[in-house]
Amino acid sequence: MLGQLIVSGLAVGACYALLALAMVIIYKTSEVLNFAQGEMAMVSTFVAFVLLEGYHIPFVWAVVLTLMFALLLGVFVERVFLSTAKEPTVLGLIIITLGFEMILMGFAGWKWGPDQRSFPFPVSSVEAYRLGDLTISRINFWTILICLTLMFVLFLFFRYTKLGMAMRATQQNVMMARVMGIRTKRILSFTWAVSSMIGATAGMLIATLGVLDPNMMMDPLLKGFASAVLGGMTSLPGAALGGAILGMVENVFGGYVSLSFKGVVAFAIIVLMLCFRPSGLLARHYVKKV
Amino acid sequence: MDLKRDYYEDIELFKSKTVLVSTILGLIFLALLPALVSKYHFLGLSIYLVNLITVHSIVAIGLNIVVGYTGQISMGHAGFFAIGAFTTIILILRAGFPFLLALPVAAFVSSAFGFLLGLPALRLKGPYLAIATLGFGMAVTTTIKHLEFFGGRMGLQAPKLKLFGTVLKDLHLYYLIMTIAIIMVVGAVKLMKTRVGRAFVAIRDSDIAAEAMGVNLTYYKTLAFAVSAFYTGVAGGLYAFILGFINPEGFHLIMSITFLAMIVVGGLGSIVGSIAGAVLMTYLDVKLQAVQDVPWVGPALLAFSQQYMTVSGISNIAPIVYGIIMILIVLFEPLGLFGFWIRVKRYWKTWPF
Repeated sequence: MLGQLIVSGLAVGACYALLALAMVIIYKTSEVLNFAQGEMAMVSTFVAFVLLEGYHIPFVWAVVLTLMFALLLGVFVERVFLSTAKEPTVLGLIIITLGFEMILMGFAGWKWGPDQRSFPFPVSSVEAYRLGDLTISRINFWTILICLTLMFVLFLFFRYTKLGMAMRATQQNVMMARVMGIRTKRILSFTWAVSSMIGATAGMLIATLGVLDPNMMMDPLLKGFASAVLGGMTSLPGAALGGAILGMVENVFGGYVSLSFKGVVAFAIIVLMLCFRPSGLLARHYVKKV
Repeated sequence: MDLKRDYYEDIELFKSKTVLVSTILGLIFLALLPALVSKYHFLGLSIYLVNLITVHSIVAIGLNIVVGYTGQISMGHAGFFAIGAFTTIILILRAGFPFLLALPVAAFVSSAFGFLLGLPALRLKGPYLAIATLGFGMAVTTTIKHLEFFGGRMGLQAPKLKLFGTVLKDLHLYYLIMTIAIIMVVGAVKLMKTRVGRAFVAIRDSDIAAEAMGVNLTYYKTLAFAVSAFYTGVAGGLYAFILGFINPEGFHLIMSITFLAMIVVGGLGSIVGSIAGAVLMTYLDVKLQAVQDVPWVGPALLAFSQQYMTVSGISNIAPIVYGIIMILIVLFEPLGLFGFWIRVKRYWKTWPF
């Protein structure tokens, strides 16, 4: 029972982890808390849905096209809304992303209506694999696998590619990076593109695990935030770990204590975490000068 | 012009005769508003909409105290709103409190929760605080939804509003709400001119510097949240009677975002701005929910929806317009409508230069 709950929690947690990663990547580079992350992922997922159901494009190509769309969307948001803001405050940036979130949500609601649809993922959600005592449904297994692969690719990208290195340099110190010849503006747009693509992947997985409708990302987005905070908001491994922990704890709580208060657990953990260790699980604490 | 020779001049409620006269004119307008609305359909308003705007103004002022004046982000004010609404109704229904007692008690309950939320705010900044408060808002609605005591998922029916033994009608409700709102506005204006208000502003500008100047951060940060929650609680109690029926689904995250949008659009750190923002955004929201009834634009949008979008989702134009306004304000007029007003005023004062 416990193992079962942990495994299925892990699948959801992997999606949270992806969303958290997408947020942390942006937060590290530009100190923006991207509230539009969820809706960007949702619209991308709808694009994938339209490509699959409306135009009957093979799944792999649909995913590739969706990722391209997500990339453009990310660059668009950064170029049009965020880089045009002059000396924005933290609140100002939050308001911009919230505004964009509302635009996207309204657009999706207007275009596709409030109906709930199921996302045609080519893996059965009924059949299951057996691992000793545990049964793990195929979709959960594939979700975890995809998330892990993506995280590994991200790790390689940040560690070994020139672009990833430039992104890390920009995250550490924008001014120095610019002095070293890195085009930080371009890097910023690219950060948003990468983040948006990760978000879109998470969106497709979440739509498969649940349903596809304009409100589907509301809850996962908040959990993604919670995971990011749990991991410390500036640490990529922290975000992944936070997501996994959150998914598992939430599911175990739902199974043993109370299903109806499952949604609150995440925030209870966050508030406790923030009270006792505000810098998160894996991030280093730093103090700001006046 | 803005020269002050005396401390008492700074804390005066009416700075000049102009302000006094315009305030009196404003009050007369508010007194006549119900007649204007019911007889001439002034600007397409209804008593319900005016009441809603008034209540949202109270919330916006409360939220501005914590966000605009003290500089602490809160995304959980729908939670306080819900606490105010549910506590008022439950005190009247279950404990038999009269309305005029239930409302302040509910507001104090809400401000107690505000104090609790203020505690994590002592250690959290910016985005972290946004998430903690957001979690608070979610937790409140989830808790209310799953407890039978609060009517569960079904919500609660507001009782007939009685004042001194007589049942109030719509029109009387308007005057009651407006009176309370005016008291709250004056209270907020006055509060910001006291030691407390100045401490809030000092914390916003730099909390470490404020602490070095002798401002007790623990006290004033929690106080800011408590005062803000008090305002929101009062507004919540009144909201329950405007709607006549409350259920926890109504107090969702989007509501908190809407409140935040109101003060950003109106102007952070300005009471007049909060009211302006609340008026504009509430009016737009209600009108855009039924955008197909708007002359000229409505039919065109309906035709467009039939062609390219879904007709059932046409009310989603409201969030789109909302979002566009929020973004444009932050990009081009960070001080909001209040900043615009200041610029206009300055232009005329120094004209022709």
